[in-house]
This record gives sequence, C-alpha cells and structure tokens, in this order.
Amino acid sequence: MDIVSTFFNIDVLVRYMPLLLEGLWRTIALGFLSIVLGLIGGLVLAMGRLYGAAPIRFLVIGYVDVFRAIPVLVWLVIVYYALPFLGIRLSPFASAATALTMISSAYTAEIYRAGIEAIPRGQFEAGQSIGLSTFDLMRDVILPQAIRIVVPPLTNNSINVMKDTALASVVAMPDLLKQATQAQALAANPTPLIGAAILYLILLLPLVRLVAVFEKRLGRSARR
Amino acid sequence: MAKIEDKPIIQMRGVTKRFGKFEALKSVDLEVATGEVVVLLGPSGSGKSTLIRCINLLETYEDGEIIVDGIRVEEGRALRQVREEVGMVFQAFNLFPNLTVLDNVALGPVRVRKMSWDAARKRARTLLERVGIGEQADKYPIQLSGGQQQRVGIARALAMEPHILLFDEPTSALDPEMVGEVLDVIRGLVDGGTTMLLVTHEMGFARKIADRIVFMEAGEIKEIADPDIFFTNPSSERARAFLDAVLNH
Repeated sequence: MDIVSTFFNIDVLVRYMPLLLEGLWRTIALGFLSIVLGLIGGLVLAMGRLYGAAPIRFLVIGYVDVFRAIPVLVWLVIVYYALPFLGIRLSPFASAATALTMISSAYTAEIYRAGIEAIPRGQFEAGQSIGLSTFDLMRDVILPQAIRIVVPPLTNNSINVMKDTALASVVAMPDLLKQATQAQALAANPTPLIGAAILYLILLLPLVRLVAVFEKRLGRSARR
Repeated sequence: MAKIEDKPIIQMRGVTKRFGKFEALKSVDLEVATGEVVVLLGPSGSGKSTLIRCINLLETYEDGEIIVDGIRVEEGRALRQVREEVGMVFQAFNLFPNLTVLDNVALGPVRVRKMSWDAARKRARTLLERVGIGEQADKYPIQLSGGQQQRVGIARALAMEPHILLFDEPTSALDPEMVGEVLDVIRGLVDGGTTMLLVTHEMGFARKIADRIVFMEAGEIKEIADPDIFFTNPSSERARAFLDAVLNH
C-alpha cells in the first residue's frame, strides 16, 4: 500500500462523500446557530455588564469569567451527560448548541465591551446632552461606531466556534468529524479523515482571510 | 439685551464636587435668571467646566443641590427632562461621526421629541442655514473644518429648543482664523431669550455678550460682577492678577 491509496484513496472518498457532506451540513448548521445565538447573547451580557445594576453586573462578570475558564469539551459533556440527572434531556445537537452558545456568549460579551469602551467619552456625553435614552444612544451613536472595531475579533471568535463544533462528535452528534471517523472504520481507510480535514479548511480558510482583510481595512481607516 | 426675568432658572446651592481627594468645586452657590448670559472666567483647573457640566449632570456632585427650571438635577427619571431643556456645546465638538451633518442635528428631535425624520430634517436644514452651513448638510462631520463642525454642534443643541445653553470652551479647539465665525453664531443667539452659560478664554467676547461675569479660582467663585466693572475695576485681588496675566502679554 502506497501513501496515495492509503490517505488519498479516490474510490473511498467518492463512496463516502455523501456521508461526509451530511456531516458537513450538520457542522455548518450547529456552528451557524451557535455563532448567531452567541452574538446576541454576548450583546445582552455586555449591556448588563456596562449598564446593569450592581447585582446584574457582578452576575455577568461571574458568568463571563467562568465560561471563559471552563474547557468547551468539559462543559459540553456536563450538558449532555449530567443535565439528564436534573430531568433536562437534550438531543446531541441541542446539547452542543447550548454549550457552544453559552461559551461563545462569554467571549463575545468581552469583545463588545472592549468595542464600546473604545468609543470616546464625548460621544456618550453628546448623546446624553440632547436627552437620548441609553437605548437610543446605543442604537444610533455608540454601536454603529463600535461595530467597526468589533467585527474582526467577532469573526475570529466565530471561527473558533465553528472549529469547536467538532467536539460535538463526543456526544454522538453525527457532525463532519463523527461521520468521517465512522467512514474510516467502515472503509478501513483513513481517506475520509483527510477528506473531512479538507472540508473544514474549505469552510474556514476564507473566514481566516476575511479577518485579515477586515483588520487591514480598520487599520487604514484608523490612520485616516 | 433680552429682558431678564427675576425668577432664577438655575439655582446652585453648596455644590461640591470631588475627584478623589481633590475638591473641584467647593460649596458653590450661583443663581442664574431666565434669559441671562453668564460668562465664567478663571485660570484653567479652576472648576468652570466642571460647574457647567454639573448642570446637566455630565458630572455628578457629592454635596449641595442644583435646581433647573424647578427640577432637581439628580440621577433618575427627571434627569432626561433636565437634559431635554439644557443644550450643550463641547470644546471637542463631539459630533456623531457615523451620521451626516443633517442627521446629527435631526437625531435629538426624532428620538426625544418623537418628531418624524422628514420633519426633523427639514427643521435641521433651517437650523444649519441659520448657523451658515446649509450647503454642508449632507456631508459627514469629518469632511468639515473645525469651525464648521462647531457650528453643527451649536445647531444640534438648538434643535432641541433648549431653555438653557451651556458652552464649554466652544472655540478653544479651533484654529485662530475659525474662532470668529463661531463667536458670531453665539452672539446671534444672545438676543433670542435663551439662558446661556459660557466658559471661554475670549476676553473681548466675554465683555461684549455677558450680563454678568463669574470669576472662579480653585473651585470657588471669587467674584460675580457686571462685565464693564469686572474688566476695568475688579474687586478681588485674584481677578486683578488673572486679568493682568491674560490681557497684558
């Protein structure tokens, strides 16, 4: 057996491609859902952290610290295997989406906060001086300016979430990695794993490039 | 001069502001009558800006009280009511860079007075004409000169039809050749009956437009005087020294 027929076996790849694409679709669905929910959750947390009453602020700080410290895999396993003891039984997909969203929210909350805090104080004061409510001030003045600052780190975080979806294979979710390991076992050939790795790269490399483009553009406008 | 009513629109009693251990305002008392133009003078760090920033609570104060148009200035529901009545023009303009000049001016009336965008923009155009930059309405703030930006800042404050206007060193960040255009706009507002508090280092301008001069030093009001008297014959030694320093150099 030579290297090509072992790792790049076209017959095996073609035979198991439908299985891999099925997994890829689930990976994208899980990643996309967790990213979107994480972006919304993080914004809510950031608002609570910056403008909430003291108890809310401390709760948010605690949440953000804990979920940035805990390994994704550990939290995922807890959600899937431990919550049933409390009567909460989630499907593999729901467990993974819950765990990824909760952790992603903690990271995006910090990104939003940094972005908002980077807006000069005069912008807040000018908005307050014409009587804007905190909501209007955020929507019309602060967030439109902060969004330019936070897009690159938020895209980075989204890449991480998409990569972390592979952990869902541990809780028996048939995502891309799980399908690939299954195919590898059935075919007694590692080609499906290589195929999966290539599919991950096709999915994520453009996003990695995109971050670089964003950062370059932001750097240019900052110098203007 | 506009008719000055006797009823004070601003009352400050024993207002004290601390930054850590440093006392920026030391039990300041000041009453301003409706329609009055008060200019605050004094060396930098004397508390002039802090004083006017307390009036719309951009700066919180630890002791004393401030009543604006019968409303106590403090955190809470009434605060936005105070801020709707008190317009402010900042040294650094603080225009919203993400909005056009027109929308900078229209935003307050739309969000706070619940005016439609159409109506608010129409009025914003009129205000921009009034401060002499109607043709800049559709540009973004960054495309304007400093003097033009500050005139947008004034139009933005005027859009809320405030009873009180606060000017925090409105010309200090401008190139010298642009100071005049902004001062002209401010002078044009004096006879409109709006109560004005102005922090400035433009002494000639202060003397011309002020009904009263408030002279501050080290967080205290040292002297309150008619401008002609203040500039020719100030009663406090501190004010005399200050005028010597700024006028004879």
